[in-house]
Amino acid sequence: MKIDHSQPLEYSTGQNQMNILGFWIFLGAEIMLFATLFTSYFVYEDRIGSGPAGAEIFGITPVLFETFILLTSSFTIGLAIHAMRIQRTKAMLVFLGITLLLGAAFLGIEIYEFTHYYHVGATLQTSAFTAILLTTLGTHGAHVTFGLFWGLFIILQIRKRGLTPETANKSFIFSLYWHFLDVVWIFIFSFVYLKGMM
Amino acid sequence: MEFFDRFAVPHPSPLIYASMVAIGLTVIAIFLGITYFKKWGYLWREWLTTVDHKRIGIMYIISALLMLFRGGADAVMMRLQTSVPDNAFLDAQHYNEVFTTHGVVMIFFMAMAFVIGLMNFVVPLQIGARDVAFPRLNAISFWLYFAGAMLFNISFVVGGSPDAGWTNYYPLASTDFSTSVGINYYNWALQISGIGTLMTGINFIVTILKMRAPGMKLMKMPMFTWSSLITNIIIVFAFPVLTIALLMGTFDRQFGTNFFTSVNGGMDMMWANLFWVWGHPEVYILILPAFGIYSEIISTFSSRNLYGYKSMVGSMAIISLLSFLVWVHHFFTMGHGALTNSIFSITTMAIAVPTGIKIFNWLLTMWKGKIRFTVPMLYSVAFIPLFTIGGVTGVMLAMASADYQYHNTMFLVAHFHNVIIPGVVFAMLAGLTYWWPKMFGFMLNEKIGKWAFWNLAIGFCLAFFPMYITGLDGQARRMYTYSEATGFGPLNMLSFAGAAIMAIGFALIVYNVYYSFRHAPRNVGDDPWDARTLEWATHNPVPHYNFAVTPQVNSSQALWDSKKHGYQLFKHDLTEIHMPNNSGAPIILAGLFFIFGFSFVFFIWPGVIVSGIAILACLAYRSFEKDDGYHIPVKEIKETEEKFGGAKK
Repeated sequence: MKIDHSQPLEYSTGQNQMNILGFWIFLGAEIMLFATLFTSYFVYEDRIGSGPAGAEIFGITPVLFETFILLTSSFTIGLAIHAMRIQRTKAMLVFLGITLLLGAAFLGIEIYEFTHYYHVGATLQTSAFTAILLTTLGTHGAHVTFGLFWGLFIILQIRKRGLTPETANKSFIFSLYWHFLDVVWIFIFSFVYLKGMM
Repeated sequence: MEFFDRFAVPHPSPLIYASMVAIGLTVIAIFLGITYFKKWGYLWREWLTTVDHKRIGIMYIISALLMLFRGGADAVMMRLQTSVPDNAFLDAQHYNEVFTTHGVVMIFFMAMAFVIGLMNFVVPLQIGARDVAFPRLNAISFWLYFAGAMLFNISFVVGGSPDAGWTNYYPLASTDFSTSVGINYYNWALQISGIGTLMTGINFIVTILKMRAPGMKLMKMPMFTWSSLITNIIIVFAFPVLTIALLMGTFDRQFGTNFFTSVNGGMDMMWANLFWVWGHPEVYILILPAFGIYSEIISTFSSRNLYGYKSMVGSMAIISLLSFLVWVHHFFTMGHGALTNSIFSITTMAIAVPTGIKIFNWLLTMWKGKIRFTVPMLYSVAFIPLFTIGGVTGVMLAMASADYQYHNTMFLVAHFHNVIIPGVVFAMLAGLTYWWPKMFGFMLNEKIGKWAFWNLAIGFCLAFFPMYITGLDGQARRMYTYSEATGFGPLNMLSFAGAAIMAIGFALIVYNVYYSFRHAPRNVGDDPWDARTLEWATHNPVPHYNFAVTPQVNSSQALWDSKKHGYQLFKHDLTEIHMPNNSGAPIILAGLFFIFGFSFVFFIWPGVIVSGIAILACLAYRSFEKDDGYHIPVKEIKETEEKFGGAKK
């Protein structure tokens, strides 16, 4: 395998470059996926049937916590990639670990939020609005859950194999994924919660 | 016994029991045959675990042909049922199931697979690459497609087939009106094979952008590669919409949500919108590669370079953009008002412009060329007028006000078969005949091929042109029968005769494969068609590493330049070649997806949970796996090259 030392480690082989490009294209598909969910959300937003409207069930406190936690995790994974670029493996692992802990905290609050919706009578079956709300949030949450396992595997691999072109590549791609989930959350925060509460 | 009751077919008939027996016997025969000839090891090592794009391409094509015969049998049954008034060959429910599976099988499991199969085989060769960007992922794509196809195909013997049309409109597709598990099958089979298709899209975009031979600028790519690039971009942006639509449909049917119902805020027409936001680009996913194939064939057999290369690329780019802006024309009668209808009417008609440009480019490529009427060229030449008729009737349908007259009539059925059969099916058969020697090292018999072509072309005209007339006279599509007083009888009988002639054409193609396999000479040379692009610059059949030396390219028809203008394609010495390892993981993963889908269809939650966890475990295993492939030493390459008839210059 030819390694190009003029490039950062994660871009240093031809396969690595293709992996990153491929993942960007995958994110393009993910944008379409969430765009479809958002479009459907806007269509169903006011179609609440006999169920509650958004303003009646949204609470600002958990949502703010979720937002701050996820935004912070985006910052810490940025630090992890920075540490990777300057070859500080240990710092990188610490920042990755913090990122995943923040992700887990986010998920915990989201689960709390879902149980809250259940108790106030907003379930998947209540109305078209609650169905699309829970599907959109759930799809994002499922992505975060998947990311937790993925990130954990990458930490284990870096501990075992050190920073190689391969592990650096995986870490970088994982960071793209994590940032993407953060961007999606910003849209959820603005167009689902804020719009719904106004 | 209660557990097993759910697997019973809800509307059994002698035909279905006969199919059950036939399926059972075929499976047993295949297993016994492979065991008797001791081919299990060979099959596993060389095919089931392969990551070679050529073999994956061939497996796609074999599956597509099988599906073509499955879908074709459905088609003949429909034509037979409607051939005379008040026929009782199929009842209404069976007819619903037959036209539904015909559409789904033909679009998803035949046409898509055929297109992707040819792409797999040809694109890496055309750009001078050794494989695709992600060979393992490519195998996963194929096996997911295959798992989806098998899941869909068992529906009519286990639990019942979907019966709401391939467009699967709600509320027809809801549990109120479709009580069997058929539409759960629809949702899961398409979901699973759709994931595979999305991965193919990503794989080929990266392959084409990153792995072209040195010197091959974007505007020097062969036209089929260009069409594949644009097609795959459409795939990546269209398929996620279907993913969400199917997910919402699954939720409605299996978890009681209200997305597409008419109570508690649900809206059934939302499905139609989402389906066609994916569905219309899908039409171009099928036709653009066909355009690419025709471009290659017409240029080769006219012995001229392709006329208007840049306008060909430009028109495909415009078509791909417009394909996302026309979906409403599938339901002008839904009632969204004159303004909306007018906008979508205009965008639809606009597509005729870039398509027309392409038609003229093909004509001008043939102009003053030395045309050789081989089988692939016959298909291409027949395509031009037939497809133009289909296109013109498409513009008729695009006129929103007039569409109220022929919406959901046989006129529409005639129109889309008129573009799909001469457009896509003819292109696939032409491409298969054209690249056949590249795949297998011998040519298909021209005489039998021409007989097949004429049967298909004449059969097509007889089968579908009468539908334009009955459609304008008011015959609705998807009606299982009609009364004698309507007067539709004679023309429908004519359609049936056409369908029978087409069936003979397909049978001749099968016979041709058998005949040529037995009798065709094996010394056809590396370039039997006197072609122009890179895939013909390597040996026939292709060694597993494709090119011993990576070619250097100067134009979109590098091989032609090397033959006629003394251009040197292979400038470097041999070096070791890096190749990916085979893997059994893709087929295992797809098997788990099959179990997951099947369990979900029947609400068998333990199966869903176990296979779901197993799928995630496969992904985790892949994450930790170290697989750097292997290298072929120079000595071995030299020996292989000798075996294939000497090194290439």
